[in-house]
Amino acid sequence: MNQAPKLNSYRGGPDEDGRFGIFGGRFVAETLMPLILDLQDEWNKAKDDPAFKAELAHLGAHYIGRPSPLYFAERLTAELGGAKIYFKREELNHTGSHKINNCIGQILLAKRMGKTRIIAETGAGQHGVASATVAARFGLPCVVYMGATDVERQAPNVFRMKLLGAEVKPVTAGSGTLKDAMNEALRDWVTNVDSTYYLIGTAAGPHPYPEMVRDFQAVIGQEAKEQMLAAEGRLPDLVVAAVGGGSNAIGIFHPFLDDESVKIVGVEAGGKGIEGDEHCASITAGSPGVLHGNRTYLLQDGDGQIKEGHSISAGLDYPGIGPEHAWLNDVGRVEYVPIMDHEALEAFQTLTRLEGIIPALEPSHALAEVIKRAPKMGKDEIILMNLSGRGDKDIFTVGKILGMGQ
Amino acid sequence: MTARMDKRFADVAAEGRPVLVTYFMGGDPDFETSVSIMKALPKAGADVIELGMPFSDPMADGPAIQLAGQRSLKGGQTLAKTLEIARRFREEDQRTPIVLMGYYNPIYIYGVDRFLTDALAAGIDGLIVVDLPPEMDDELCVPALEKGINFIRLATPTTDDRRLPKVLENTSGFVYYVSMNGITGSALPDPSLIAGAVGRIKAHTNLPVCVGFGVKTAEHARAIGASADGVVVGTAIVNQIASSLTEEGKATDATVPGVEALVRGLSAGVRSARLAAAE
Repeated sequence: MNQAPKLNSYRGGPDEDGRFGIFGGRFVAETLMPLILDLQDEWNKAKDDPAFKAELAHLGAHYIGRPSPLYFAERLTAELGGAKIYFKREELNHTGSHKINNCIGQILLAKRMGKTRIIAETGAGQHGVASATVAARFGLPCVVYMGATDVERQAPNVFRMKLLGAEVKPVTAGSGTLKDAMNEALRDWVTNVDSTYYLIGTAAGPHPYPEMVRDFQAVIGQEAKEQMLAAEGRLPDLVVAAVGGGSNAIGIFHPFLDDESVKIVGVEAGGKGIEGDEHCASITAGSPGVLHGNRTYLLQDGDGQIKEGHSISAGLDYPGIGPEHAWLNDVGRVEYVPIMDHEALEAFQTLTRLEGIIPALEPSHALAEVIKRAPKMGKDEIILMNLSGRGDKDIFTVGKILGMGQ
Repeated sequence: MTARMDKRFADVAAEGRPVLVTYFMGGDPDFETSVSIMKALPKAGADVIELGMPFSDPMADGPAIQLAGQRSLKGGQTLAKTLEIARRFREEDQRTPIVLMGYYNPIYIYGVDRFLTDALAAGIDGLIVVDLPPEMDDELCVPALEKGINFIRLATPTTDDRRLPKVLENTSGFVYYVSMNGITGSALPDPSLIAGAVGRIKAHTNLPVCVGFGVKTAEHARAIGASADGVVVGTAIVNQIASSLTEEGKATDATVPGVEALVRGLSAGVRSARLAAAE
């Protein structure tokens, strides 16, 4: 699906064992191994199959609404007084975020494999909604595992999933967030391995998921590159995206990795501060370990037990990160920085008032970093940010914190 | 590999009965009670002990073992302390094989070389690491075999004849056949299906085949033991421990005796298995 990578490319990974440097791999129970190998075979065939690519492109154009616009944020740019700021408007996709790009791709694979049941995990509920949507579109039953804490704070998305016909199973184990939902989805998969396709929502998990999800999301960066060349006649100087598991970020980053002039920044959830335990900054404050099928940066204690983490944004509330991001950090191609809850909240309000766009709390983290950097850059410089989701789902959370509403 | 494991399987086979393998979670509900439980197991008839290493995210375990891990971690259990439980046990029992069972991350963080050295010193005979399939053998399996520690692999109903040789390639000690696709503590499938699966694995290996997942009663143990070289019981023991605790999760006078009584019953089950099969 991508252009051929150059020699000495940052875009050649993973290797055939699913590794990006020391990261990635296939750390799963034996029950799942045969299925994961089948999935890899099917994916290898599908990605070079013109019929598969054509169906994906058709659904992209007519169901998702691709290409998503590249939007010049004129008033925000003027307010900050520095670099020109462009948004890749993934929040305008059907279902309101980038998650649908991956779900359409994976459900086509599930159909090819003859699977009759879809399971998914979700944090903010965006991936759950996107999974429930494609399951409805293709007539497959869908079970979504969601942490009980997230069921509370993302009530609108829970309702949407139920309307779409999905069964939402609240997970009370651990702190009831994304990590626990993923554990429970893996338990379901191990039990129903013959009938079930596990539609993982982020660019993490056992090989081939990190590669596959990245390739389905790379359409974001490919379009943005063409659109930017059309609008400005050149590439951006800086690309910024928020990183939880990291699918929207790897989607916009990947096509730019070999463009040396483009600086790339991933924004992690700094929560209430990275000194304590209440954050989800796996790269900034974590260390390499093995969880959910891959080796990557994790929040963990000295005994290798995984910590819970915290973020105001349910979609970033995960104690790990996709393995390709871990590698891009270690080789120095991408810089990863934390943004605190309160900074994201401020950015959320700024964008709402200046541009009339209510962003999700996840890209609000990326925006907070853009707001820090733009004034320090020249007016002839260009920032591209992935506006990965819309904020309707977050208005009650934000309203509660700001003491507004009701 | 380790003489202790091979000798135990050979001795029990000479008695004409299957091996009873018992699992419990190290540190559940606390360190000292765990040491007492472990010491009680062989006296009640356990032939091999699986010592669980708790992990915060046990993706292949059902609710009973998840909760046992949480109790253990809440009580301050660490991998170092789990090795210490084994060392304490070895002070009075040098013959019962010990297999550590858990997930890779705590071992990876402890450091593979340091872990293998300390495990050998503590008298560990084998490892079962759920999230390390053969594709990941360079991580721990190969270094463990080089040090003389068995690496025991799980085979499952999804492990077909095409894949079985790969699964068995670096397996030693015994093969652990997981009797169903699923998590620990699920229901036991039909013993005749299990007998067929055991036969299929034995066509590929000379190693003993032990069967687990779903074995709860002496009757189950007897039925499985009719075809398998060994029977693994885990969730039933963990549930027995849980049911003996106070509301705050503390051990009581009934905790260790409860495990002893359960294992004595299971042991009687495996001891009558072949007699039943011969009838």
